[in-house]
Amino acid sequence: MTVFLADLNYWVTIFLMIGGLYIIAAHGNMIKKLVGLSIFQTSVYLLFLSPGKVLGGTAPIIAPGFEVYSNPLPHVLILTAIVVGVATIALGLALVVRIHEAYGTIEDDEVQEMEAD
Amino acid sequence: MLAAHLPALQVVIPLLAAPLCALFRRGFIGWLIAVVANWLAFAASIGLLFRVMNEGVISYAMGGWAPPIGIEYRVDMINVFVLLVVSGVGAVIIPFARTGTAARFNDTDQAWFYTMYLLALTGLLGVTITGDAFNIFVFLEISSLASYVMIAMGRDRRALTAAYQYLIMGTVGATFIVIGIGLLWAMTGTLNMADLAQRIPEINHTRPVLAALAFLAVGISLKLALFPLHLWLPNAYAYAPAVASAFLAGTATKVAIYLFLRFFYTVFGGGEFFASTPIPAMFLALSIVAMFAASTVAVFQADVKRMFAYSSVAQVGFITLGISMVSDAGLTAAMVHLFNHAIMKAGIFMLLGAVMFRLGSVKLEDMAGIGRKMPFTMAGIVILGLGLIGTPGTSGFVSKWWIVLAALEKDQWWLVALILVASLITMIYVGRIVEVAYFREPSAKAVTLREAPLMMLIPAYVLVAATIYFGLDTEWSVGLAQRAAAALLAGTY
Amino acid sequence: MMRDTVILRVVVKLLLPAILIFALYVQFHGEYGPGGGFQAGVAAAAAIILYGMIFGIDEAQKVVPRRIVNTMIPLGVLIFAGTGVASMFLGENYLNYSPFASKPVNGQHVGILVVEAGVFITVASTMLAIFYVFGGRADEADQRADEAGKKGGEG
Repeated sequence: MTVFLADLNYWVTIFLMIGGLYIIAAHGNMIKKLVGLSIFQTSVYLLFLSPGKVLGGTAPIIAPGFEVYSNPLPHVLILTAIVVGVATIALGLALVVRIHEAYGTIEDDEVQEMEAD
Repeated sequence: MLAAHLPALQVVIPLLAAPLCALFRRGFIGWLIAVVANWLAFAASIGLLFRVMNEGVISYAMGGWAPPIGIEYRVDMINVFVLLVVSGVGAVIIPFARTGTAARFNDTDQAWFYTMYLLALTGLLGVTITGDAFNIFVFLEISSLASYVMIAMGRDRRALTAAYQYLIMGTVGATFIVIGIGLLWAMTGTLNMADLAQRIPEINHTRPVLAALAFLAVGISLKLALFPLHLWLPNAYAYAPAVASAFLAGTATKVAIYLFLRFFYTVFGGGEFFASTPIPAMFLALSIVAMFAASTVAVFQADVKRMFAYSSVAQVGFITLGISMVSDAGLTAAMVHLFNHAIMKAGIFMLLGAVMFRLGSVKLEDMAGIGRKMPFTMAGIVILGLGLIGTPGTSGFVSKWWIVLAALEKDQWWLVALILVASLITMIYVGRIVEVAYFREPSAKAVTLREAPLMMLIPAYVLVAATIYFGLDTEWSVGLAQRAAAALLAGTY
Repeated sequence: MMRDTVILRVVVKLLLPAILIFALYVQFHGEYGPGGGFQAGVAAAAAIILYGMIFGIDEAQKVVPRRIVNTMIPLGVLIFAGTGVASMFLGENYLNYSPFASKPVNGQHVGILVVEAGVFITVASTMLAIFYVFGGRADEADQRADEAGKKGGEG
């Protein structure tokens, strides 16, 4: 149990990663696929942020009386990754809106059916 | 002063040009900016090539922060070669873009299209030049997002679903890559690739590093369209506007191949380590399947653009076959084919764009008899098609020659036979086009057809000429590829 | 649109200045502590978006028209990239802010402020553009549906 709790971050990361990928693969609804994609990307944020925490360290702002600081690098990286994620989801949703206008549906199988004939 | 800043300028010029296009929102001005920026970027690549040949590896500290703390742009023989391919192919395509784009889009959309084009160029050049692992992810996403938009601007509504599919698969691939980078960072505490290359070989048997290797292998294979992960590619190339098809076919998968080489040869510790993993064996099997399955599917396509999109998957198979051999000749073959295929495929998609512009369709049945109506366009497609087959006298022959040489070096006669048979399948689908375009009566649509405008033909013929030139004079293409291959095998950076 | 909900309208009017001030605080504090252009830009855009959600997208577009938003997106990128080019002209590497003032430390202060201003402009306007495009699309679709309905009724 302690092993489990000590690595809780990583268990959650793995859960989100697999859950997100499963949604992308299993759902035919284009919005749901994007939700899965978003969850999948979120797992990466956790993966990067977890090792950046230094136990007992404070926020990485230099101030008198503090010696140990957490690593600020993952926060900068993940800020960038979040922006990339937002852009991807926005573009994906815009495409879904256009697909809905062009096909009248956002179900993957129905779109493919319409293209087959 | 200018020479010192070339690594930054390589990326900054198109990056600055992109918002300028968006700011002016005029089609012609946007095109002009794109042409100037792309040609300057090409000039910067050439400048970098000469600097690398004279003084070896160039390191440029972004913002003056010394590596490995700051972001480093690092140029060596391997990536300067890819930079030349990307900016060079772009420089030829962009003059071609004006005619088709102006005919289809309004002023604002044209400007946005050039903005997206320049952002895609920025991203691809950035991925290639940067020496920082996380920076790779950011640039990769810049180029990918811009290409999704370009693909969605195709005239068919299927372009939308193709772009959506590419977005999902491309993002999954990029996220896999960033997971791999994250694991490497967690193990070493550095993101600088030269630094990683020093620290990883000591710990490359540990579980997180092997997990990183697996994530990177899958993620990058998705981006380079290795056989079972290629599903996004055919529709994306088939329904995108001609400019986007030509540019992406010529550059996007090539940059992903560079990324693969960079991670697996340079970062993980040279050819020795790569040969000890199961990846070369898997690559060998998948490449052979790609060469045969994708070529066979290409034969049965009714849409010629889709046909050549599948052919891209097969040709990527030839490149990965070279990589899987882990030998000097194999890597030279991969690098040479990367170069030659970029030229040939970009040229073919440009000429198909010209056909689309005049005929309004690239369906095989509609193209009946157009060999007589559009002689130069079709002759160009035939020459480039011969290049794809690997006919002597074209650059395709040089690539095939090196791949066969690499196979012979290992006494793998069966592989030589397979390569030749795969080339024969290429001949079948190129032959189908020749048969339809030259030996059938023109369809009703094709009777009134005129030759494509010169603005489209001249850039395409630059690539046709290059295909023939690099088939006869291999000093540059093979010479550079050999130096890059040697650097890769040694794992120097 | 929630034009009839008095409580929401009053609360939003009270909140707006606070959100905008907070955005500016995050923007200028980003040099010393947590914060910066990204967060500030999103906060500022959130203020306008909130206004648009309560008072209607047309009202929001009166405050920040689409034309301005579309100009601001590339402008911010230009400011960012242009700062880097400026440092090149001053003889340092791309994006090295040190030569912007007499002392390198002050130069770094100046540089990061300018760059963060560029980030703020682009992020805020991009967020708004996304909101306008998605929100406006629904209105356009409604209009089209209304027109189709009217035509159907007349026929």
